[in-house]
Amino acid sequence: MEKHYTDSKVKGVSTGTTILAAVFDGGVVIGSDSRASIGGDYISSKTMNKVIQVHDRIFCGIAGSLADAQAVTKAAKSHLSFHSVQMESPPLVVAAASVLKDLCYKNKEELQAGFMTAGWDRKKGPQIYVVALGGMLLNQQVTIGGSGSTYIFGYVDAKYKPNMTREECVQFATNALALAMGRDNVSGGVAHLVVITEKEVEHVVVPGDKLPRFHDE
Amino acid sequence: MALSTVLETPGAGFNFENATRNAALEGLFGGGQTPKPLKTGTTIAGVVFKDGVVLGADTRATSSEVVADKMCAKIHYISPNIYCCGAGTAADTEKTTDLLSSNLSIFSLNSGRNPRVVMAVNILQDMLYRYHGQIGANLILGGVDCTGNHLYTVGPYGDINKVPYLAMGSGDLAALGILEDGFKHNLELEEAKELVRASIHAGIMSDLGSGNNTDICVITKQGVDYIRPYQESEYKDKRNIKYRYRPGTTPVLTEKVVTLKLEVVQEAVQKMDTA
Repeated sequence: MEKHYTDSKVKGVSTGTTILAAVFDGGVVIGSDSRASIGGDYISSKTMNKVIQVHDRIFCGIAGSLADAQAVTKAAKSHLSFHSVQMESPPLVVAAASVLKDLCYKNKEELQAGFMTAGWDRKKGPQIYVVALGGMLLNQQVTIGGSGSTYIFGYVDAKYKPNMTREECVQFATNALALAMGRDNVSGGVAHLVVITEKEVEHVVVPGDKLPRFHDE
Repeated sequence: MALSTVLETPGAGFNFENATRNAALEGLFGGGQTPKPLKTGTTIAGVVFKDGVVLGADTRATSSEVVADKMCAKIHYISPNIYCCGAGTAADTEKTTDLLSSNLSIFSLNSGRNPRVVMAVNILQDMLYRYHGQIGANLILGGVDCTGNHLYTVGPYGDINKVPYLAMGSGDLAALGILEDGFKHNLELEEAKELVRASIHAGIMSDLGSGNNTDICVITKQGVDYIRPYQESEYKDKRNIKYRYRPGTTPVLTEKVVTLKLEVVQEAVQKMDTA
């Protein structure tokens, strides 16, 4: 597959991506596009789900090198499962984020992956934590990441309101992803959204032709 | 927490056991070109159909511009219900699949179960990730287990993806075109075999690194049908003379028999204790 590889900073398959997460009243929405590419020229997967489940009510959005992200989330999943057996209760979202942060910080020389952990727990309700490339951990109400995020900072800053309803938040997330996919060449495909609340987890997939269209499309 | 006899993760970090050996080998070439690893310029493809999985591959192995092997087997056995197509460096794909197969047979013997495709994929992912892309193996893993029919791709850096159809190797773009056009969910067996055959054929026609015959491997709950070759190349050469000789073609002039003298040095009888 070397012929597909160009001078990309990420070796192998990268998720040039748009990922996004937003807290609403009673839960959190985490979403991503579905394109995985090698070197920005070849799309190796049109339907990759970048929102990975690490526990019952905790999901992780991945960006960067696909191999690194999959290896880290696998290790985190195993660690969290063991942690929750020891504690005899579901892990807190901050615990999941810390596990990822530890892995990213301790191996920062070798790894090239960033994460966005979103979930619900009994102590603090819906939360989002960002774990950046070098291992920084930050708690936010709404956050975007990946190469496609640069095109939607304005939209997110203007349109996000705290305490939206579930429907408003899902619509906000879908619009934001559609706008980013429309401008970023390495983001595209379908929009994967996961809505996490105390009661349940719902996986919504919006196929490319059902995404919202804007004035120039 | 896996069974202790399955591949154990070694200590952290890289394994540099072979570094001095490699340095010595490079010295032997006196600063000239070290031999390049043999790559199988390849077309491999896989499709999930109603009752199982169909895998296909061409049979050409190239050594730069020369065809080194016209009937190379690129579909490797992993377990009775799982087969793997390999593209990339020939030695890497061969050894990686061998290692995986050994590990899974130990697992089968210990647990009394047929391995699941996800288990094979996880072991491969762990191993390839540990070597950070140094093992040049692009693999298509297909199989049928109690949870259904599965097709996975594993890249050299250790990234995996679960897909309904797939092509890899130097002829992948040509093969992918045919697959994208012809694939539907829940194909029948004959349709699926024809689709894979056509996609490998496209790879053979459009890519210099792929060629010769097409192998097909059909995996279903009932068993495996490994058809080798499924379709022979139209461009086979015909050998005009035979190279086999009857016994007696070469006349025997003299014959001498020398008996080996063996003498008994020591004899010991040990009774078996069956108490």
